[in-house]
Amino acid sequence: MKFILMMGMNTSKESMSKGIMSWPKQDIEAHIGFMIGFSKELKEAGELVSAEGLAWPNEAKLVRASKDGTPITDGVFPESKEFLIGYWIIDVENAERAYQVAARASAAPGPGGAPLNMPIEVRQVMSGPPEEIQ
Amino acid sequence: MNLPIEHLLRELTPQVLGTVVRRFSDFAAAEDAVQEASIAAAMQWPLEGTPDNPRAWLTQVAFRRMADHIRSESARRRRESEVALEAPESTTIEAAPQEDDTLVLLFMCCHPALTPASAIALTLRAVGGLTTAEIAHAFLVPEPTMAQRISRAKQSIKNSGIPFQLPTTEERAKRLRAVLHVLYLIFNEGYTSSVGPNLRRADLSHEAMRLTRIVYHLQPDDTEVAGLLALMLLTDARRLARTSAGGELIPITQQDRALWDKQQIEEGVTLISATLPKGSVGPYQLQAAIAAVHDEAARADETDWPQILALYDLLRRMSDNPMVTLNHAIAAAMVHGAAKGLELLDALKVDPRVENHHRLDAVRAHLLELSGDGKGAVRHYRAAARKTGSLPERNYLLTQAARLSSELGLMNEPE
Amino acid sequence: MKYMLMMNATKANFDWYAKWPKEDLKANFAFMRAFSKELKDSGAFVATEGLAWPDKAVIVRAGSDGTPITDGVFPESKEFLAGYWIVDVESPEEAYRIAARASAAPAPAGTEGTMPIEVRQIMSGPPEEFS
Repeated sequence: MKFILMMGMNTSKESMSKGIMSWPKQDIEAHIGFMIGFSKELKEAGELVSAEGLAWPNEAKLVRASKDGTPITDGVFPESKEFLIGYWIIDVENAERAYQVAARASAAPGPGGAPLNMPIEVRQVMSGPPEEIQ
Repeated sequence: MNLPIEHLLRELTPQVLGTVVRRFSDFAAAEDAVQEASIAAAMQWPLEGTPDNPRAWLTQVAFRRMADHIRSESARRRRESEVALEAPESTTIEAAPQEDDTLVLLFMCCHPALTPASAIALTLRAVGGLTTAEIAHAFLVPEPTMAQRISRAKQSIKNSGIPFQLPTTEERAKRLRAVLHVLYLIFNEGYTSSVGPNLRRADLSHEAMRLTRIVYHLQPDDTEVAGLLALMLLTDARRLARTSAGGELIPITQQDRALWDKQQIEEGVTLISATLPKGSVGPYQLQAAIAAVHDEAARADETDWPQILALYDLLRRMSDNPMVTLNHAIAAAMVHGAAKGLELLDALKVDPRVENHHRLDAVRAHLLELSGDGKGAVRHYRAAARKTGSLPERNYLLTQAARLSSELGLMNEPE
Repeated sequence: MKYMLMMNATKANFDWYAKWPKEDLKANFAFMRAFSKELKDSGAFVATEGLAWPDKAVIVRAGSDGTPITDGVFPESKEFLAGYWIVDVESPEEAYRIAARASAAPAPAGTEGTMPIEVRQIMSGPPEEFS
């Protein structure tokens, strides 16, 4: 079963003030090291389907089509929004295993090397295109 | 696949492609035919042994495929079909490789009408002899996507009616520049991707060097070709020192120079030294010269920055690439002090190509740090971290900001 | 350059979608299939996924002993990722153009084009130019 594990970044002033940019260098390095090791572990276990990091939320754009189809882009978002900052797609036996993997991701180290306990959203990934309507 | 056969095929297929395109003009169909011949060879040669004239073998098989292809479009192409069926079945295909064909192929695959991504994919396939899967893997896209890109690129060439011949003398310089640009892009993609033991992507930079060597061999008097080759040699020489085992980026001034490839540096230095005096100096030669100055310093603090600054002064006159301006500012800072460098950066603030580019912030941060404005430096390191699209670069910028922030007792100031 | 094009939706949006007339759903599916094919034909396609309905979405944190603590309660306003495309294109403008196409997917009359697509660059391994 394929699951997506999503890591978010909240852009509220409060969250940002505690965010990675406020940590000491060795804590940033430990966090990065953990993430690299974590993906590697999943890869070696044959559970990793894909993993990506996303660019910082300040560059995010919302796009709609105007009447003639040309893009209207807008970079304005609510002040405190949860942006996706990275994800893993894993292929595992069942939801319980997916939650275990997510718990591990959640425990990535933060300030002082302590586990962050980040909320990781877990959703199943649909296989195949939407079913034909009968 | 059997390694010697694989190498042989990669070397021969562009030459065979040249012959087939010369004969039948249909580049797209020719490329398909040569691919099929190559696949047939990969299957049969390990079992039956490599033929005495492998090139002739491939050419014959490709010719037959082309004849089949034309036959199957018979109705309106009856005339061509009759001509094709007369194609020689014997081994009297010329033994001497038409080396010029590789160059013609390169000109074709790097035609300015193609997008950079298409030109890169087509070059690696038709001239480099890489499989679609290998190219897809190198660029981290699915194989069908890469196959589609190559197919569309071939179709563009077919539709544009570009003849299979060397460009006219008037066009030659411009077309050669296009070829060198594509090779430079391939090198860059491979060089900067070799983080950790990711050999597939490091192969890209070696492939770029191999193809550039071929062009150099065919056009030994072209100084920019020599310049590009030298630039690649001198840059690639530093590859192993560029990232730590953990994948962190290490700036040139902090790299362990014992890890630099001395032989490659020597080759690059010799080449650029022999080329510059020829007189028609261009951007690749200047960049190679700059790389040579860096590579010749036994230690970072022995770097001849005045020499580098002089070279960037020259480079700026021929290139309005804002990255050149950024590098020029760094060199100016090393020679005349950080204030001078920052002054030069201000000129870039209003350049729409870079005002939002992460490198402008990154360089400004570095110079602010040198000038003693720690707070400003931290702010710009973080701004750069928020703008970059490269993960190792973001990690580097975040850690620089954190390092400086700690040193100055500035913790917990997120902006 | 790789971009992620994301369709975000609240629970209310999902519920509304579930109540679309059959013809509108069919039109939407047909569009999505054709859209993916377009991306594949143009050589821009990297990936696309649809995610399961948010009813079963779960937030996981590590408990003090590392065991997962799961929570299925979300604020009404929460936006869930419904699905995404990843494209490889030459410029951000190209990504926005593709996103605009996606946002114009067929929907019940009068509601087309109300679902904006969030566009974010995907971080690449290497730095963008060598030093």
